[in-house]
Amino acid sequence: MSAERIYIYKRYERFWHWSQALLIIGMMITGFEVHGTYTLLGFQKAVQLHTLAAWTLLTLWAFTIFWQFTTGEWRQYLPSLKNVLAMVNYYLIGIFRDAPHPFRKTVVQKHNPLQRLAYLALLAVISPLIWISGLFYLFYGNWQQLGIDRYLTLEWVAVAHTLGAFLITAFFFIHVYLTTTGHTVFAHIKAMVTGWEEVDEHHKAH
Amino acid sequence: MKLHVHFVVGACLSFCALFAHGTQEPAPPAAAVKQPSTSTTDHSKLEALKGPFTSGPEVTKACLSCHNTAGHQVMNSIHWTWEAKSKTTGKTLGKKWAANNFCGSPISNEPRCTSCHAGYGWSGKDFDFTKQENVDCLACHDNTGTYKKFSTDAGHPLYADREFEPMEGPPGKKPFKAPDLTKIAQHVGKPGRSNCGNCHFNGGGGDAVKHGDLDSSLKNPPRELDVHMAKDGANLVCADCHTFNAHQPSGSRYAVNPKDTHGFDLPKDDHNRATCESCHSQTPHKQAKINNHAKKVACQTCHIPEFARGGIATKMLWDWSTAGKMGPDGKPLFIKDDHGHLKYSAAKGDFKYGENVRPEYKWYNGTVEQVSIVDKLDQYIDKDGVLELNRIQGSASDENARIWPFKVMHGKQAYDPVNNTLVVNHVFGDDDTALWKNYDFAKSIKAGMDYAGLPYSGKFDFIETRMNWFITHMVAPKEKAVPCAECHTRAADGRLASITGVYLPGRDHNPLVDLFGGLAIAGAIGGGLIHGLVRIVTRRRKEQNQ
Repeated sequence: MSAERIYIYKRYERFWHWSQALLIIGMMITGFEVHGTYTLLGFQKAVQLHTLAAWTLLTLWAFTIFWQFTTGEWRQYLPSLKNVLAMVNYYLIGIFRDAPHPFRKTVVQKHNPLQRLAYLALLAVISPLIWISGLFYLFYGNWQQLGIDRYLTLEWVAVAHTLGAFLITAFFFIHVYLTTTGHTVFAHIKAMVTGWEEVDEHHKAH
Repeated sequence: MKLHVHFVVGACLSFCALFAHGTQEPAPPAAAVKQPSTSTTDHSKLEALKGPFTSGPEVTKACLSCHNTAGHQVMNSIHWTWEAKSKTTGKTLGKKWAANNFCGSPISNEPRCTSCHAGYGWSGKDFDFTKQENVDCLACHDNTGTYKKFSTDAGHPLYADREFEPMEGPPGKKPFKAPDLTKIAQHVGKPGRSNCGNCHFNGGGGDAVKHGDLDSSLKNPPRELDVHMAKDGANLVCADCHTFNAHQPSGSRYAVNPKDTHGFDLPKDDHNRATCESCHSQTPHKQAKINNHAKKVACQTCHIPEFARGGIATKMLWDWSTAGKMGPDGKPLFIKDDHGHLKYSAAKGDFKYGENVRPEYKWYNGTVEQVSIVDKLDQYIDKDGVLELNRIQGSASDENARIWPFKVMHGKQAYDPVNNTLVVNHVFGDDDTALWKNYDFAKSIKAGMDYAGLPYSGKFDFIETRMNWFITHMVAPKEKAVPCAECHTRAADGRLASITGVYLPGRDHNPLVDLFGGLAIAGAIGGGLIHGLVRIVTRRRKEQNQ
């Protein structure tokens, strides 16, 4: 099986991905400690690190949004229902029969249709849920000044934030598992480290 | 007869003798007085103070010959009137009226209780509250550390040496020296810790008994115990925070400010520094997150992790109902525990003590429903039949309320089940009704109620009571403040486990959301594992087939 290598993840993109991964893992660990699920670093440390990681990630996102728009990469996240069923079919059946992957990564289309839908859900639902509730949570001390304490309770904000946390944690595990579905177990991870993805030749023929 | 007198006086002395330290041994020199004195008057050189003085009132007259408004200032203060009108409930309180679950009422017990009155001679109903020379200047202004009001002489010090055998202490007479009034009068100045402590450290009848956060360990505390009063701390005295204006003290348990919204007490302000914010402002922490806590949490809640930390135990329970037991010798029974604390006294009943006690926490909005000795009890008795003598008001939704720490004193005390009121118990006196001489509640309560002029059905019983004492002294250094996780925890014994009305991160969670989230994560992991397993199995089969 001959393969062709294409440069698919640019340097900034890889930096963004891995630093974001680190921050999100850190926030999952500290966040669930703040939630009272377990004791690891101590409540105070957990809160401080969680807050620091949140601000760092927001900063990273500011740069990334800029990058997405200046490079036009944002189009990678436009959803399309075309071939979604083919992807579902592949993950449910084809993958066990060694069927060919229905999607071929290219520089202009690096996400498969199912991936696009998942990332859109992440961007449109989970992220706003976490960020909006998280910022309200962070600025709880200023609610009175801002006059929003009449409309909002900490309980609702905390519960919304926790719900978002559960969702992104579930997403995280699925995301990590799916990285093993490349032509080798670590192929996708390798690509995210080096930027180079190996693409099957016979797909190229399509 | 003389024996009787000795016994009764001795019995009363036991209050002091029992808890030893401050009262029997000569007091340490007035360490808290700052040197050198910046006063413009050397009192030892004044003609008016040449003496010799043979009584307290004589000294007072000499003081008033210069400080000619001081007498009336003191006579307006709670230290003199023992009365305070609550601004929130409108009730008349103060020692005369507010019920407690320690000794009870000073009424009918004056000569003993008024040993802590800022005056001389309040031995009964006829005391003249308008007579200036009855004001005791020395109790607060003695700087020699040798002035002592005698425990049973209605506020007078000893004028001649005496010997006594304490009721509850070790057998044998003990000598008590009369203080040198002339020398003391010539060495007066601003009040130090011992001046206040002689009474306030001994509330409830002995060292550390009542408050839990006030005892003689504060005369010279290590930094760990009290960061404000320690020599290597701020080295403050009581009156640095409890500032006086025309002899009126600031800060009172009858009017605790739940949330100081004023902040710094500047020279242009009211010179009331009995709140933390008066010196520390409303935002003393570097981290905004911690400053924000101060809207809902009193400073004391985090900064006083435990009370009774000075090595002296405070009383946590007082059960009057068991009083009166006699030993095999027919004499009143007194039993000490392993630590030398009296755990049973025929005069007072059963006791329990505590050291390094974690406070209980309650919302407090500025209103305390204090039971007065004339109140009907119905509305103050809770479902379990326990009478709360001073219910703390407040809730999370109350703008003025913050979470405050309390010592909750457990008691069982006499009441009138027919009239549904508490009773005045005549415990002290050389007569045939006083409890501490006759050990008969029927007689002592009847005598107390008659003396007080209050209605009494003639029937008494005992009721379980609780009383909340604000914990606000013994502030620890900041590194010893309560760590976040002691409140932000799911543990059933978390400090704020019983606080309602707020969502406390780390303590609270929505079980449905947690269930859904847990299933989602388990599904994600499980789904991946199963999918991966099937991939491995199908691949292996294919390889075998080939």
